[in-house]
Amino acid sequence: MPKTIIEKIWEQHVVRRQAGEPDLLYIDLHLVHEVTSPQAFEGLRLTDRKVRRPDLTLATIDHNVPTTDRRLPNPDPLSAQQIETLRQNTKDFGVPLWDIFDLRSGIVHIISPEEGLTQPGMTIVCGDSHTSTHGALGALAFGIGTSEVEHVLATQTLPQMPPKTMSVEVTGKLGPGVTAKDVVLAIINRIGVDGGVGHVIEYRGDVIRDLSIEARMTVCNMTIEGGARAGLVAPDEKTIEYLKGRPYAPKGEDWDKAVEAWKALVTDEGATFDTYVTLKGEEIAPYVTWGTTPAQSVPVTAAVPKPEDAVSAAAKETAERALVYMDLQAGTPITKIAVDRVFIGSCTNGRIEDLRAAASVVKGKHVASTVRAMVVPGSGLVKKQAESEGLDQVFKDAGFEWREPGCSMCLGMNPDILLPGERAASTSNRNFEGRQGAGGRTHLVSPEMAAAAAVEGHFVDIRGYK
Amino acid sequence: MRAIKTVKGNAIPLNRADVDTDQIMPKQFLKRIERSGYGPFAFFDWKKDPNFVTNNPAYAGAPIMIAQQNFGCGSSREHAVWGLEDMGITAVIAPSFADIFRNNCSKVGLLTIVLSQEDVDYLMSRAEELPGGSIVIDVAAQTVSVEGTGWSRHFDIDPFVKHRTLNGLDDIGLTLQHADDIETFEKERPSLKPDTSGAFKDPLKIG
Ligand code: SF4
Repeated sequence: MPKTIIEKIWEQHVVRRQAGEPDLLYIDLHLVHEVTSPQAFEGLRLTDRKVRRPDLTLATIDHNVPTTDRRLPNPDPLSAQQIETLRQNTKDFGVPLWDIFDLRSGIVHIISPEEGLTQPGMTIVCGDSHTSTHGALGALAFGIGTSEVEHVLATQTLPQMPPKTMSVEVTGKLGPGVTAKDVVLAIINRIGVDGGVGHVIEYRGDVIRDLSIEARMTVCNMTIEGGARAGLVAPDEKTIEYLKGRPYAPKGEDWDKAVEAWKALVTDEGATFDTYVTLKGEEIAPYVTWGTTPAQSVPVTAAVPKPEDAVSAAAKETAERALVYMDLQAGTPITKIAVDRVFIGSCTNGRIEDLRAAASVVKGKHVASTVRAMVVPGSGLVKKQAESEGLDQVFKDAGFEWREPGCSMCLGMNPDILLPGERAASTSNRNFEGRQGAGGRTHLVSPEMAAAAAVEGHFVDIRGYK
Repeated sequence: MRAIKTVKGNAIPLNRADVDTDQIMPKQFLKRIERSGYGPFAFFDWKKDPNFVTNNPAYAGAPIMIAQQNFGCGSSREHAVWGLEDMGITAVIAPSFADIFRNNCSKVGLLTIVLSQEDVDYLMSRAEELPGGSIVIDVAAQTVSVEGTGWSRHFDIDPFVKHRTLNGLDDIGLTLQHADDIETFEKERPSLKPDTSGAFKDPLKIG
């Protein structure tokens, strides 16, 4: 029977199948960070259990770290305690940790692909909903809660019901200035924040094929914002090219064997999905969110929509609440919205290509006097690479703050936060109420759009921007 | 996890759609390394509004919450479930839930019950008008009933989750009964897959 890539990867990982029970799925790689793991390790201690496969587990510290000089003491005692707890836990249980002084540390979803640990056909989990990012390399990767973290630590497996499958096809070609971020915002706008519930998505079509691997990560990253736990892109020549020579990629003869196995990971001709969605690449414009869910977005050329135009009574109510929270009037053109802060970074858009794109927009220009703007590279290696290309200098000359890697203002668990009432253009993934700081207002955009907003002090259409 | 057979009591009407886990448990409380004590922090920012529903003493200690579609979306933080659990909530009724949140609830022992929009709207307005009105959830029979009326609805629950919920079974313990299967699988697992054991070596120092 013809199968989708999703079903193929799933089948390859079923340890045990019993009617009336979820499948027991083997996990190839378990990524761990400081925020969602302390209670899981504690659970192991209480039940006298060990980590079954420390050699399939990797920990890092990203959510809590200050993005200023790391040699200074952590200003927040609770953060410091949580970080110290992870150090102790990884030591006690023999789990490898890339600590903050290791160049390879950084946002968990950036460092694993970067080192070639994320490979096609793997099952990858992490106590973090943006684990879907790893799908860009053809892995089945999804976020889990802390109880499940404990489960994977103890057993290297997870009981899971087989998901429904969804094909999201983006056909044609993107116009100039339109990025992967706009593609995924357009997809979420189309399916809604719960459109993908119960599904795993395969992203398909010429637009997806044309995207670089890093750009595919941006798309897969935000899969969860459309309700689906995982989204992936079948491996192709770009995937193989990306992985070649990375530290954890197979070497020599193993490489050839692995490549052969990866090439079989495609959806068979005639395989069917439970749900189909198609978008035309030509119709996608640079998107800006105006509300408090990632689906509340419009093209930059549009205006803040009227709640009355919402599709349902519930959507109308959510829109009304969002406008109050965001302090916006329906009918205001997006390009008339002024911003106070700009954040370039996160697991959505904190990779080297994102920084290059933003730098090319700000080069020779200066951040508006009304704006405070910062760039937070996604990992130590991204930062180093950017510095070797002189991007840090471009940003600094333009008046951006150039910071140490971490999650930073994406969720504001460290001191990088919005103050109440502040409005930000952000390249991150969530515009929920208070996400970047209590009372803060977030507009999600691409790195290019964020960079231009920093310079102009308000949103501009990057397509006509010089 | 705790066993749940029935839930009986009044319900908190949280009449909002797409309630995300950032609202249920804001980030600043995720720095705690404890597993308990999250109740006071649940809905921390929304609670600053004196009119927010959980501030109404009539709902104090209610074991049920009625919510709208896509409840628990966003971040995977289980702290959101721990917050509801610690508030005394044993069941949430909504037209739909986000996947990860629902999964987390099933591990902790918090019932997530899906009813039709119409039924949720009925329970919502009843809970708003009659804050003390009692609802009975019978897990074995898979029913939600409004006490003192004939109103009763069937709900679906995954049979395995039902079994674990009724008996309070530890998921990890259940899986470890199949340790043999895991070992067999590991023996046959392709050796090409990466492992992290080399990650200890050669730290690339900053600076
Ligand atoms: S960058 Fe943001 S979304 Fe990504 S892992 Fe960190 S906090 Fe989560």
